[in-house]
Amino acid sequence: MKRLALIGIPLAFLGYFFVYPIASILWLGISEDGGRGFREALGGSWDVAWFTLWQAVVSTVVTLVVAMPGAYVLGRFDFPGKSFVRAIVTVPFVLPTVVVGTAFLALIGPSGVLGVDLDGTIWAILLAHVFFNYAVIVRTVGGLWANLDPRLTEAARMLGASRWRAFTRVTLPLLRPAIAAASSIVFLFTFSSFGVVLILGGLRHRTLEVEIWRQTTAFLDLPVAAALAILQLVGVGAILFAYSRYQERRSVQMQLRARSETTIRPTTARQRLLVGANVAIMTVLLGGPMVVLAVRSLGDGPSFANYAALADAGRRSVSFVPPVEAVRNSVLIAFAATAIALIVGGLAAGVVAYRRGRVSQWFDALLMLPLGTSAVTIGLGFLIALDTPIDLRTSLALVPIAHALVAIPLVVRTTVPVMRSVRTTLREAAAVLGASPARAWRAVDLPLVSRALVVGAGFAFAISLGEFGATSFIARPDTPTMPVAIFRLLDQPGTASFGSAMAMSTILMVVTAAAIVAIERFRVADLGEF
Amino acid sequence: MTQRSDDIAIHAHGLTKRFGERVALDRFELDVPKGQILALLGPSGCGKTTALRVIAGFESPDTGSISISGREVVGLNVDVPAHKRRVGMVFQDYALFPHLSVGGNVGYGLATKDPQRIAEVLEFVGMAGYESHMPHRLSGGEQQRVALARALAPRPDVILLDEPFSNLDAPQRDRMRREVRSILTSADATALFVTHDQEEAFSVADVVAVMREGAVVQVGSPDVVYGHPVDAWVADFVGESVFIAGHAAVGMVETSLGSFPNPSEHRGRVTVMIRPEWVHPIPDQDGAVSVAGREFYGHDQLVYLDMPDGLRLRSRIGPTPLFRTGERVSLAIDEIVVFPGASSN
Repeated sequence: MKRLALIGIPLAFLGYFFVYPIASILWLGISEDGGRGFREALGGSWDVAWFTLWQAVVSTVVTLVVAMPGAYVLGRFDFPGKSFVRAIVTVPFVLPTVVVGTAFLALIGPSGVLGVDLDGTIWAILLAHVFFNYAVIVRTVGGLWANLDPRLTEAARMLGASRWRAFTRVTLPLLRPAIAAASSIVFLFTFSSFGVVLILGGLRHRTLEVEIWRQTTAFLDLPVAAALAILQLVGVGAILFAYSRYQERRSVQMQLRARSETTIRPTTARQRLLVGANVAIMTVLLGGPMVVLAVRSLGDGPSFANYAALADAGRRSVSFVPPVEAVRNSVLIAFAATAIALIVGGLAAGVVAYRRGRVSQWFDALLMLPLGTSAVTIGLGFLIALDTPIDLRTSLALVPIAHALVAIPLVVRTTVPVMRSVRTTLREAAAVLGASPARAWRAVDLPLVSRALVVGAGFAFAISLGEFGATSFIARPDTPTMPVAIFRLLDQPGTASFGSAMAMSTILMVVTAAAIVAIERFRVADLGEF
Repeated sequence: MTQRSDDIAIHAHGLTKRFGERVALDRFELDVPKGQILALLGPSGCGKTTALRVIAGFESPDTGSISISGREVVGLNVDVPAHKRRVGMVFQDYALFPHLSVGGNVGYGLATKDPQRIAEVLEFVGMAGYESHMPHRLSGGEQQRVALARALAPRPDVILLDEPFSNLDAPQRDRMRREVRSILTSADATALFVTHDQEEAFSVADVVAVMREGAVVQVGSPDVVYGHPVDAWVADFVGESVFIAGHAAVGMVETSLGSFPNPSEHRGRVTVMIRPEWVHPIPDQDGAVSVAGREFYGHDQLVYLDMPDGLRLRSRIGPTPLFRTGERVSLAIDEIVVFPGASSN
């Protein structure tokens, strides 16, 4: 019975809220009017598909080129203020897309501080994508770089290789797995970019995600939206498949070394220049938009007028409630989403970690699927599928459920390794000392697992606060979340609403950044002990 | 010499355990006498760890029965779970709870968490006053003492130890062997420990059970197992040995080394086993044996000896006298062991 609940609850949840909606999309896209959705999507959206692809390729390449020196600097050098620079690099990655959109509008929008208006151009999209994904390259590639044995390069140099040759023939091939992993992630993110393109792309630039949203909300053409979602799923599936094949062929065993052994202080003029230039790039490129957003949210004053206006419903209230209510909605929804993600994800992690064999592997794969599915697709699936057996589409519960769906893979990923890391002998030791299996689990696993769950909860909370793709489909007009409210404010003309958007974006940015910094601290504290 | 059943702490009978194709236990039989330390000695993969885990209750055997202190814990329709078997266990990796202090670890198996009992057991293992220390701050030897204290604290009927010394470095291992033996002896505990190291089995245990391919092949005191192994395999596994072919008649065994009194009942083709320390080279200009080489270890030396028929013997003797390569010697041999049949070596 207990075992059944362990696997039954997550299975039922994912079945009804993930597999069923996705299956409904597939069915609608293929079946309706003999595939009309497909014909129209294929007929009318080639330019969208093409744009989605090439902007993702260009975004990935540009991010890689800009971030590789940064990965080197953070991976190999030790310099004052390094942990601060590292934090600046990490925060953009976790910021809600809507906040990033607002920040770039504040920087390079119609009233941008730089005086150039790039709003609606590909440049704005590219810049925002680099801003977003810089951390992916630096953390993944820089992480491996920091652990590469520097003696390998030294050996190559001793054998007569030039600096460049040593890099291209030794370092680069060794880094290749990390570069491939990071590039695939960046490609995946930019391929399914929604919020950034929706806000900065104007009317001309649309990704498949944006088009799905437009077909749904503007034209109410669900079959075409479903067909586009299928295209999107196929694209993402192809990337993931290609990547996993590559990983299989490419994995090499390496002798890794502790960071403390490989990092050096920049001493030569050349090294100082390299470190200085990259720190400058990181600070301006990544810190700049955040600082500009925060500063401009204070108006010309500085004053808190923009923040005060968030509570104001009367003056320019259109169809919706005062923005400050969105803060309350978001927090309540985030709590609910966190609770759902912890219960479902925790049980699922238990199945994956403690069960052996096929069931566990198969279940693990199922749990990761929502990660590869765009939030927009999930939102569309809810809209299409969840009218039977009872119509949940206008239910308030749907928003936290969608957020939980996105967060569950992360909860599972943070919890399973910890559950697996608990040595079997510890449980056996508890057993021979007279502890029943339940007591043994409480004594041995729980103290360790609960820490992982706290980290997972932090992720779930931050994700829920910033989630926009799915929410934009299913949030009711009278109960917007913060990202939805920000988007609506941006949609309205006038500097006052832009000011409010910046104010609310700043709040969201601070809360999200705080949550992530707290998680990082908690994690680091975890390591030393065991 | 059958022992009375209430002198037996662990009685394992006819245990068989398969993991897929692999047979880990094959009609395994073992009696552990109360108050004694028994070493289950065997090469890796012989099933000794499985035997320990089956006795502890972490695995269920396919067939067979186990009684601990006269209480049946495995049998027909009986399978007492590990936490109700009243056994203590010291794990290879010690398995100390990392988030509990030393006191918390030792007290875990005590329903009352009685601080007096905790202090008493810690003092017993030489760790008095360590209650508030955290396990990861302790050395390997200290962790092992705490693991032992934790196992002893609830006064279990038997203590099981799984390769208890394998995680220690050599000097610490020697000391801990002595200490663990003296702790277990003075606690009057019954202990079953598993090891692949014959030296460890001989120096720590009162009784050694040699295991091979899932079954116990010989049980006896260390000197009996070493000096009177039941077959060539045991002889070779528990110590250095040389095997030569021989022919046995009443009272005598003929070999290429000469004739010896026959210590056995065997007749016809036999295999004679000689341990290097039973072979003594004596300087002798007319000797038929020549010294082929020598390894000097300080406390003793190993001398390689070539027989006229090409056979090579080893002799382990004290550090003196000094033998030179090529020197002629004759041999004195103290003792032999005779196994029936031709040698396969």
